[in-house]
Amino acid sequence: MARKPLDYEELNENVKKVQYAVRGELYLRASELQKEGKKIIFTNVGNPHALGQKPLTFPRQVVALCQAPFLLDDPNVGLMFPADAIARAKHYLALAPGGLGAYSDSRGIPGVRKEVAEFIERRDGYPSDPELIYLTDGASKGVMQMLNALIRNERDGILVPVPQYPLYSAAISLFGGSLVPYYLEEEANWGLDFVNIRQSVAEARSRGITVRAMVIINPGNPTGQCLSEANIKELLQFCYQENLALLADEVYQQNIYQDQRPFISARKVLFDMGPPLSREVQLVSFHTVSKGYWGECGQRGGYFEMTNLPPKTVDEIYKVASIALSPNVPGQIFMGVMVNPPKPGDISYPKFVTESKAILESLRRRARMMTDGFNSCRNVVCNFTEGAMYSFPQIRLPPRAIEAAKRAGKAPDVFYCLKLLEATGISTVPGSGFGQKEGGVPPEDDHPSCGGRLPGHHV
Amino acid sequence: MAAVVAVENLNPKVLKCEYAVRGEIVIHAQRLQQQLQTQPGSLPFDEILYCNIGNPQSLGQQPVTFFREVLALCDHPCLLEKEETKSLFSADAISRAKKILASIPGRATGAYSHSQGIKGLRDAIAAGIASRDGFPANADDIFLTDGASPGVHMMMQLLIRNEKDGILVPIPQYPLYSASIALHGGALVPYYLDESTGWGLEISDLKKQLEDARSKGIDVRALVVINPGNPTGQVLAEDNQRDIVKFCKNEGLVLLADEVYQENIYVDNKKFNSFKKIARSVGYGEEDLPLVSFQSVSKGYYGECGKRGGYMEITGFSAPVREQIYKIASVNLCSNITGQILASLVMNPPKAGDESYASYKAERDGILQSLARRAKALEDAFNNLEGFTCNKAEGAMYLFPQIHLPPKAIEAAKAAKKAPDAFYALRLLESTGIVVVPGSGFGQVPGTWHIRCTILPQEDKIPAVITRFKAFHEAFMAEYRD
Repeated sequence: MARKPLDYEELNENVKKVQYAVRGELYLRASELQKEGKKIIFTNVGNPHALGQKPLTFPRQVVALCQAPFLLDDPNVGLMFPADAIARAKHYLALAPGGLGAYSDSRGIPGVRKEVAEFIERRDGYPSDPELIYLTDGASKGVMQMLNALIRNERDGILVPVPQYPLYSAAISLFGGSLVPYYLEEEANWGLDFVNIRQSVAEARSRGITVRAMVIINPGNPTGQCLSEANIKELLQFCYQENLALLADEVYQQNIYQDQRPFISARKVLFDMGPPLSREVQLVSFHTVSKGYWGECGQRGGYFEMTNLPPKTVDEIYKVASIALSPNVPGQIFMGVMVNPPKPGDISYPKFVTESKAILESLRRRARMMTDGFNSCRNVVCNFTEGAMYSFPQIRLPPRAIEAAKRAGKAPDVFYCLKLLEATGISTVPGSGFGQKEGGVPPEDDHPSCGGRLPGHHV
Repeated sequence: MAAVVAVENLNPKVLKCEYAVRGEIVIHAQRLQQQLQTQPGSLPFDEILYCNIGNPQSLGQQPVTFFREVLALCDHPCLLEKEETKSLFSADAISRAKKILASIPGRATGAYSHSQGIKGLRDAIAAGIASRDGFPANADDIFLTDGASPGVHMMMQLLIRNEKDGILVPIPQYPLYSASIALHGGALVPYYLDESTGWGLEISDLKKQLEDARSKGIDVRALVVINPGNPTGQVLAEDNQRDIVKFCKNEGLVLLADEVYQENIYVDNKKFNSFKKIARSVGYGEEDLPLVSFQSVSKGYYGECGKRGGYMEITGFSAPVREQIYKIASVNLCSNITGQILASLVMNPPKAGDESYASYKAERDGILQSLARRAKALEDAFNNLEGFTCNKAEGAMYLFPQIHLPPKAIEAAKAAKKAPDAFYALRLLESTGIVVVPGSGFGQVPGTWHIRCTILPQEDKIPAVITRFKAFHEAFMAEYRD
């Protein structure tokens, strides 16, 4: 019998080309060790609840009540749940005919999309149209949908920052497009280098690539840098001049650990710039319930907002969304509560604020601790984590280490990370998983309690 | 300045794919629904009745209480520490929730899980599969997904390399398959179910379509079978299933078994047999047949569409291929945890002796018996309409009557630039508010026309639905009869 369709050799090449290091070799080795009984600290992925961060109380109360509406009929429900959680559950059940168990509108529950639009308007000072906001099972699904729409063939290129969150490289591979890298400047705190960006675009074009869109991740992953308003203006000008759509991954907008560069959305800057840019530049912005101080990764709640996309394009995006029927409804409710949290005067407000502040302040402290911890190691240089959830130190390995890595058939940073894992149980992701300049070997790490162990192993 | 992202320069595969279940007619219905809100009384009906989509809870079906109890406790585990909880929740729901939480690392329901899904839940699902089939199942073969649909997409992605890779798909089919094949740039190779024999599947026709495709240079890679069928509702006979399994083995095809309606069977002379069970019972092991079986929490008697829960069970694949499937699953990190928990509950519901068993059984049987009655009532009603012939819905949630329209109606449709079934469905909507999907959305033998109507409106609404439909149809036929 000849080759079978699901023999390895017969698989879609695009699938085989995909790499996603966040759950790749290191993670699988760590999982093996965990099965053998070794204590492992997983710092490979932004998964706060897995490392002990507690969920916020209010949204869990609301979703539990929506999940089991019979509770609302019970006379004692007021003893178990605060009145505002009860009211909010009723609000979402009214917005979702059929409750949590029915497919919603393929774009998401209209009432929740309205809450998202109102949030965006409060945040940016410009009106937002709920019809152009689509809820998705996590932001990743939205990113995949947009890239799928943009990439027609291998000559379509997407500008992606290096280092980047490897969803972008994986998705571009899967859809058979071309990744056009632009390098963030480590020595300038992972800043944008427009000379480099222009060079990348010119080089790609000279190879016959049509560069279609630019991805920015702000705050950055894995790099943590927060873009300034001037940065974003320059980016938008660039996209306008070069006829690129801008994909703004803003999932870490609540994770800001310094005061010099607060978060400012790409959309706000675009509208501040006024016409013609504000009417011409095509922008898609992504957000999620997985990060921030919420960390509700497992719910798979996200949205994307489209700006300046022609109606026919929006129709096509709707069509693709409709094939998946609808995003999961509990995740939509988490999104609703996130963009429309308890307000001053609400019964749950004080507790909500206390819980949120504690998480954010702790993240801020840990960002400092990790940076300092890494910088205290010999041959390690680490930029300060301005935002997001990651440290991305550069490790200058001695030549003997690099030799040993070569003999083991591994990239130097993979070799280092594996050794770190075996010695300390700390599971990280090698920098090669995110892209880096040739010769640099940064691993990624995000948990404070291992800050102490790391220098020890390193010596 | 030409816009980058304009329709003319979008991915042509996106432009090509279609999904009628939420297509043109539904968009129109939503507009009419808004009109009813802003201008009450402006239309000849009071409400839009969505019979286009298998979405039971949107039409009043109640969720299974035990499942929701467990989910609420897992969503807000603090409840387990409160005294009052014991009086609000059944004891077995409390203990199940505790067991599930204990199987989740850190009891963190808000964390990304293993990319195949939480191991403890997969163990429970594997046990449920083994108990259903009488053959062992392995937790490592299971991939939990956001509904069954993402699993289907993953397999199409894996299998389709280029436009010469073909997938055998039943006609009529649930249009996820045609859409997914189009999105991944492959070739849909149709095989026709036989309406005159209750939508029977003939192996001779399968073989003919396969050979036909191969002669045209198509590399046929897999066979999709939907059992029970959607939109057709037939439940395959066991010997039919054995023939299918042997066919796949002999022809070197992957069998993609969509079994999401496995709990929706309305006839006593048929029962559900999983393709895995059939394959194992004819002596086929892992090495003989690559098989992917899809299940969902959206259908059955649980109807939890909005939770997006489901799984695929993958058997007969080499380790390197399984790694690739894992890799693709990992890019999305994991499926939503609520859906994962629900999948484990669906495959492991309360058993005799459990505190909740009696009420669970009453809810389950009540829903299934009601679905069976509604299937019959609507089948009879359609068969009583002039020009309608409707096969029995042995399972699933749909009726798919053939509509024989008079020539004048076909002319009118042509003039309106619509397919006759789309024309009929639109007129039905505008007169009655009832939303059905034209048969062209599912595929049909050319020259035949159908509509797909769900059996899901609540039982007390069915007589009114039948009356309105009948009145519309009689007026339509009077208008277009020769």
